[in-house]
Amino acid sequence: MAEKTYLQAISDGLRQELQRDERVFVIGEDVGVYGGAFKVTLGFQEEFGPWRIIDSPLAETAILGACSGAAMMGMRPVAEMQFADFISCGWDHLVTVAAKQRFRVGTPVPIVVRLPSGGGFSGGPFHSQNPESSFAHIPGLKCVCPATPEDAKGLLVAAIEDPNPVLFFEHKHLYRRIKGEVPDERYVTPIGKARTHREGDDITVITWGAMVYTAEEAAKQLEGDDVSVEVIDLRTVMPWDKAAVLASVRKCSKVLVLHEDTRTGGFGGEIAATIAEEAFEDLDAPVKRVCAPDCPVPFSPVLEKAYIPQVEDVVKGLRELAAY
Amino acid sequence: MAVREAEPVGSFSEVREAGLDREDLLAIYRHLLVTRGIEERGHILYKQGKIPGSFYTGRGNEGAAVGVATAMGPDDVGTPLHRDMGVHVQRGVEPWKIFAQYMGREDGPTRGRDGNVHMADAKLGMIAMVSHLPAMLPVAVGCALAFRIREERRVAVGWFGEGSAARGDAHEAMNLAGVRRLPVVFVCDNNQFAYSTPSHLGYAIEHLADRAAAYGFEGVVVDGTDVLAVYREAKAAIEKAREGGGPTLLELKTLRMEGHAVHDDAFYVPKELFEEWAQRDPIERFRSWLLENADLAREEEDEIATRVKKILNDALTRAEDSPQPDPATLLDGVYATPEDLDTPHHK
Repeated sequence: MAEKTYLQAISDGLRQELQRDERVFVIGEDVGVYGGAFKVTLGFQEEFGPWRIIDSPLAETAILGACSGAAMMGMRPVAEMQFADFISCGWDHLVTVAAKQRFRVGTPVPIVVRLPSGGGFSGGPFHSQNPESSFAHIPGLKCVCPATPEDAKGLLVAAIEDPNPVLFFEHKHLYRRIKGEVPDERYVTPIGKARTHREGDDITVITWGAMVYTAEEAAKQLEGDDVSVEVIDLRTVMPWDKAAVLASVRKCSKVLVLHEDTRTGGFGGEIAATIAEEAFEDLDAPVKRVCAPDCPVPFSPVLEKAYIPQVEDVVKGLRELAAY
Repeated sequence: MAVREAEPVGSFSEVREAGLDREDLLAIYRHLLVTRGIEERGHILYKQGKIPGSFYTGRGNEGAAVGVATAMGPDDVGTPLHRDMGVHVQRGVEPWKIFAQYMGREDGPTRGRDGNVHMADAKLGMIAMVSHLPAMLPVAVGCALAFRIREERRVAVGWFGEGSAARGDAHEAMNLAGVRRLPVVFVCDNNQFAYSTPSHLGYAIEHLADRAAAYGFEGVVVDGTDVLAVYREAKAAIEKAREGGGPTLLELKTLRMEGHAVHDDAFYVPKELFEEWAQRDPIERFRSWLLENADLAREEEDEIATRVKKILNDALTRAEDSPQPDPATLLDGVYATPEDLDTPHHK
């Protein structure tokens, strides 16, 4: 066990899978010689060669389509989109081919698509998005959004083992900022199981990705108000751990759903609707959402701060719920 | 690298040189008849209201489909489209399963989850198409990439049409295949009409095969109604890919002899064009060739026709007996389980 950054944990997990399973290969833009835009695959090409760490042309549909074909031939491809935003260029392939092939003809498509996502450093409208909700809406795809280094490694291993197309959203703002203990050996963190990031009794915050830390900070501030806040890290949004969410809701009776994606059609709406349907009697206040507004991600640091939910936005929401 | 226009096939000796004996030729003839028979019967079923949705045929493309499929090796894979029924037939899909597929029954390859030619049998090396037509080209390239990574002597064949050539998937797939010299053959069924849109509104060059040069590999234009020429050129391209020679783009020229689907009477296709291409019907053309070059006897011809008729009759009866899918199983297979990986492809 050693302390590692979130980025190092992803890199180590991927390297271990490449070492133990020769069916695993990596394809993406600049993943080889350059080691990836964020250096997740730094040194991989020297270790595994140019036919397992494949520098592709700038062509997301070709990358994802080739992954599906190779997966159908028994490989375990791991694609890197240089930024999660660029998956729009491969949307058709994922949604039309990869997501539906098992249902239509019984052919599984075990691919992993790594998606450096999220904002917080002036990436602007095309290098900052969190498109997980769009894909959670597509039956046949799985969406994974780890928040800790330990989960990042364990969920990546689970994603590679999974017989379905798995979108692995790795939050760029966590890459080098978040460190944690990560086991050296191989382990699998199951897809579809939430994690209690912080225990509490009065209000539960349901969130994932970088917002886990925003929620944690806000929860600390609420200690001063003598309000105990639980933080549930969903870890995967499709499938999502409905049982864990409902259990926490029943315990705390008040809920705040927090995500960095935009509000309308964001996955928080699905969570709120499910709570309304299945735990209405347990609620002591309306479900509250704190999300980005319905707006593209802006470039200017001032505007971006107004866009991404901040600790004070969550604190405000929690205080309103506490007072209800 | 200029595009090459393939010569027609002449004598039997030329065919033998390309790897076919008389048995093979008769098998091709049978596959052509079964292919057309399935689609003709399917059209009747559709008119009888027994096929839900819409119905597509590949009339005029039977020779192109059977010719390419005959050139593929047993371990090769492919992504045939909706004019390529002949590929499924040649690879050995049982016709009753195709009728069951048409009718949305439980025994069709997609168990009622998808319709018409949106099907494939993985055991036969086929991958099911989607409606977004060139989308399967990057998939075929990915199959070839797997073969290249594992250094297997296998080839992938990716199909598209002249209409879908306008989409970006086609470009991305060919570009990646060219850069990596992957063992893949691109087959363009150029039937001159994308639904109602004629070729000259779809692309601005003389031959689509001209594009191959832009990706660094050879393009060949073939008369798609000449099953033997298609076979010869496909065989050469597939074996070249197998030997590490990289991709080839084969453009098989035909005319779509019916509407886009059976609801479409194709009023926009000039009558003279239909008349001209009717003279080049791939099945009639091959039959004449067999009579002239392979001593096809009248009794032999009758025997094949009788056999094909029986195959189709039996298939229809069996398909009509196939149950409807059970709505209780609707959600089966939305997500794959680890056991699903136990398939021919994944071994």
